[in-house]
Amino acid sequence: MTTLPASTEKKLGLVIDLDTCVGCHACVVSCKGWNTENYGAPLSDQDPYGADPSGTFLNRVHSYEVQPNEGPAQLIHFPKSCLHCDDAPCVTVCPTGASYKRVEDGIVLVNESDCIGCGLCAWACPYGAREMDQAAGVMKKCTLCVDRIYNENLPEEDRQPACVRTCPAGARHFGDLGDPDSDVSQLVAERGGMDLMPEQGTKPVNKYLPPRPKDTWEEVDILAPLLEPVAPEADGLLGWLDRTLSKVGGK
Amino acid sequence: MHPAPSIIVFTVLSGLGFGLLAFLGLGMPTVFSGVAFGYFTIAYLLAVIGLASSAFHLGNPQRALKAFTQWRSSWLSREACLSVATLIVMGIYGGALVFFNTKLSTLGLIGSILALATVFATSMIYGQLKTVPRWNSWTTPALFVTLSLAGGALLAGQIFMTLAFLVLAGVLQVLAWILGDSRFAQAGSTQGTATGLDRIGTVRHFESPHTGTNYLLREMVHQVGRKHAQTLRIISLGLMVILPVVLLWLGVTYVTVALAALSHVAGALASRWLFFAEAEHVVGLYYGKR
Repeated sequence: MTTLPASTEKKLGLVIDLDTCVGCHACVVSCKGWNTENYGAPLSDQDPYGADPSGTFLNRVHSYEVQPNEGPAQLIHFPKSCLHCDDAPCVTVCPTGASYKRVEDGIVLVNESDCIGCGLCAWACPYGAREMDQAAGVMKKCTLCVDRIYNENLPEEDRQPACVRTCPAGARHFGDLGDPDSDVSQLVAERGGMDLMPEQGTKPVNKYLPPRPKDTWEEVDILAPLLEPVAPEADGLLGWLDRTLSKVGGK
Repeated sequence: MHPAPSIIVFTVLSGLGFGLLAFLGLGMPTVFSGVAFGYFTIAYLLAVIGLASSAFHLGNPQRALKAFTQWRSSWLSREACLSVATLIVMGIYGGALVFFNTKLSTLGLIGSILALATVFATSMIYGQLKTVPRWNSWTTPALFVTLSLAGGALLAGQIFMTLAFLVLAGVLQVLAWILGDSRFAQAGSTQGTATGLDRIGTVRHFESPHTGTNYLLREMVHQVGRKHAQTLRIISLGLMVILPVVLLWLGVTYVTVALAALSHVAGALASRWLFFAEAEHVVGLYYGKR
């Protein structure tokens, strides 16, 4: 059924730290790798080595420049994937029942054998988390690596989403956001985790940790003007070059 | 939003077909045998061509039957169920008129209601989407249903009804454009709320996730053609409402009615093109585009 469950036992999701993300796109690559080789239709590329390449991705990293009222602009890397919303508009619009939210852990999934590829769920999602695979004609989205997190064939440390496992900066965290005592919930409480586009009323499970305040940039060492300037005159090879070029150029 | 020709043709033609069925079901006009066959053939062709063209934008049309299962939650599923129910009920009603010269009035009334409910369900597929603020308004269902009634009345030769619904559709269309222009701002989504970074300062999209385009941008961020939006609005309103009204005012002959119908359909197609081309999806905010 594409009606949403009244509540879910767990709320598995991601917490993404915008302060530590370095924008390396490793999560994008590992996501594409794992999800191409495992559950469901592969994530196809169109014209990958040609003039107009494009392809299906479940996770994309944007970069934003934010200009505060005072001080220099900040560059913030912004990974974005399915937020596994509590009130997921993509699920209720589905005409076939292919889209659903799991009662046991709150993961939003697509049953690809029921998907007719109408694309309405992608229209209903404010976050651009769903992409129609152009080769398979079915809707693809983040599964929270459902085929890793419960997979007892994998070593325990690998039983988390591929993006979280691979992040070299530790900017991605996975856990139960429905349990206030879980590590991720504690992190959200401590750092003021936020929802994206709360005005859309989707109640996202995934949370984003805002960048920590920066040091103020006006802070300059008060002794700086008193310090000896370094190398006021060039000597050695550079000095010879400087003198020679000055003669040649007449300056 | 990307104005896919298949969806534009589908919504306009099926709207006309179901509009015509709504009038036929009410016995406006009450026709029998050969004439009835003609009217019902036109209505069914329009409705079925529309439904078939909607299948063209599916990724896996062979599973389309599954779309009849989720009517409890999905407007798209409701539309599928209602359209088939209309076609079945009106098929029996039309069959009785054509072959037995019998008018089953109650069945016709049920069919009329189902036909209008189908158009309403179609409009709600778009009207329900909070992600497209321009569509997420009462004007979307109001305009879709009124346009369907106006076109249906025109094809059914109900001149007074045609004039009334055309004028109403014109008013609703202008209202939809005027109110629609400020809907995005009213909805309150900005690049700041989309990223949550408005708490730090002014947000600007610095770099896209990939150098190439993607499904989201192709489907939901359509900026081409908005340049001519004002011109197209005037052309659309002129062809859809003003010219047909003038033609019918001049005199009701086969020629004026046929010209009025052609003009109305051309205008409705232009209006529907604008409905998609002008609609802005909030996902564009993540890409610094609208």
